[in-house]
Amino acid sequence: MDDLSGSNVMADFVQFAMSGLTVGAVYALVALGFTLIYNASSVVNFAQGEFVMLGGMATVFLAALGLPIPLAALAAVAVAVVTGLLVHTLVIEPARGANAVTLIILTIGVSLVLRGAAPLVFDKQFHKLPGFSGEEPVSLLGALVQPQAFWVVGGTAVIVLALKVFLAHTLFGKAVLATAADRMAARLSGINTSVIVGFCFAMSAAIGAIAGILVTPITLTSYDVGVILSLKGFAAAVLGGIGNPLGAVAGGLLLGLLESFAAGYLSSTYKDAVAFAILIAVLIVMPGGLARVKHVERV
Amino acid sequence: MLEVHDLVSAYGRIEALHGVSLKVEAGEVVALVGANGAGKTTLLRAISGVQPIRRGSVTFAGQRIEALAAHRRVALGLAQVPEGRHVFKPLSVVDNLRLGAYRRGRAEAELSLGYVYDMFPVLKERRDQAAGALSGGQQQMLAMGRALMSRPKLLLLDEPSMGLAPLLVEQVFAVIRRLAAEGVTVLVVEQNAFAALQIADRGYVIETGRIALSGTGAALIAEPRVREAYLGL
Repeated sequence: MDDLSGSNVMADFVQFAMSGLTVGAVYALVALGFTLIYNASSVVNFAQGEFVMLGGMATVFLAALGLPIPLAALAAVAVAVVTGLLVHTLVIEPARGANAVTLIILTIGVSLVLRGAAPLVFDKQFHKLPGFSGEEPVSLLGALVQPQAFWVVGGTAVIVLALKVFLAHTLFGKAVLATAADRMAARLSGINTSVIVGFCFAMSAAIGAIAGILVTPITLTSYDVGVILSLKGFAAAVLGGIGNPLGAVAGGLLLGLLESFAAGYLSSTYKDAVAFAILIAVLIVMPGGLARVKHVERV
Repeated sequence: MLEVHDLVSAYGRIEALHGVSLKVEAGEVVALVGANGAGKTTLLRAISGVQPIRRGSVTFAGQRIEALAAHRRVALGLAQVPEGRHVFKPLSVVDNLRLGAYRRGRAEAELSLGYVYDMFPVLKERRDQAAGALSGGQQQMLAMGRALMSRPKLLLLDEPSMGLAPLLVEQVFAVIRRLAAEGVTVLVVEQNAFAALQIADRGYVIETGRIALSGTGAALIAEPRVREAYLGL
């Protein structure tokens, strides 16, 4: 039987919480990317998880070509940003005015294309990156935590704060918010909303790629990690109340924690089932998600 | 200043404008009156470039603009206060105004800010409040102030008095007169046809997507058909 002494209960809890926060941080970043694009354009971008894959895989392969890892990571973010801009210019922009379902199917198509191309450009193996601060686990309240987990959680916090400062304190950031609040009025104010939406695609791609780079030392990466991340990120965004950036982050962290506790205290077989069951329950009770946003009128 | 020629616009298969032509000379106040669904809003949106057109031309300040994106038309000096105000509700009043000057420099925006605050003192008082928290009348003033921040040569006003209390309606029309006196050209769409035609140099009556009548404001007020259909006289 398990040893149920107090210190072990505590250690287990911290262990599960930290791994939940780490995974949740990645969900949070994917959900944040969803939210940015959705707010600016009403497009639900199911290719969001592919940016996470691109970030991790491109870093691995550029590093294998001899680039130092920080440079490889930077280049990988650039690859994702260019991909994001191409998706916007070649797929989303020409379909402007199409209905929501058409746009969702287009983004699913994009994700299939990216996932299909990834094994050709990269390969079908699992890959790892070295932890940024070594691999030696750190002891935290009796739990053993990989130092990379702090990079993931800290990196997420930095991205969320930077995004908040950008949106609240720059004219361009305010133009992004204005486009999200009322697209027609934004256009009538002289804002080029195509540029804003393109920028949101680029930024979401960068955020996804950074998430992929941060988490690859812990979870490994391969050409097909994007699918489940798109789904989980979407679930997190819905859980938080779609359209609300802080809700998206909270939803991501919550989903990660739920999964981790379900895996730890019940069984890892059921972790996805538990997480999604709670998602469904929340949405039945609170259809607007946890963070209710005032509905912005759209014309 | 503005010349619209044979403009056709449709929502899907339903044509809303069947070849509309009108002219606004520099310095004029022109009123466009007509019943609900006659195509007034569609016409203004088409002029601003936020409503696609099928055919026809729009010439503004000597330049063909019907193929230009909406934001480029704003940069040329064409601003619109849309029907229903459309302020950026989650953003503060001052941010709404600054975004109106999005295509101009920071220094110029500050100058215009002073001008708008002078015209609408209440916006200065409430500059840090969310636009969504303002009353309907204040939102209308904010929408007008935002459009003025771009220092337009031509201002399109879509139903500026809709849903406002009589005192505020007075205020809105006073602002239009002040703008006209300052040399801003104005094309105003109004359900309040009498008030609009009274301050207008000229007017057009639009019926089911076609211009039915045109003339000076005074002539239209005197026209029996207009009196009966739009003025309730």
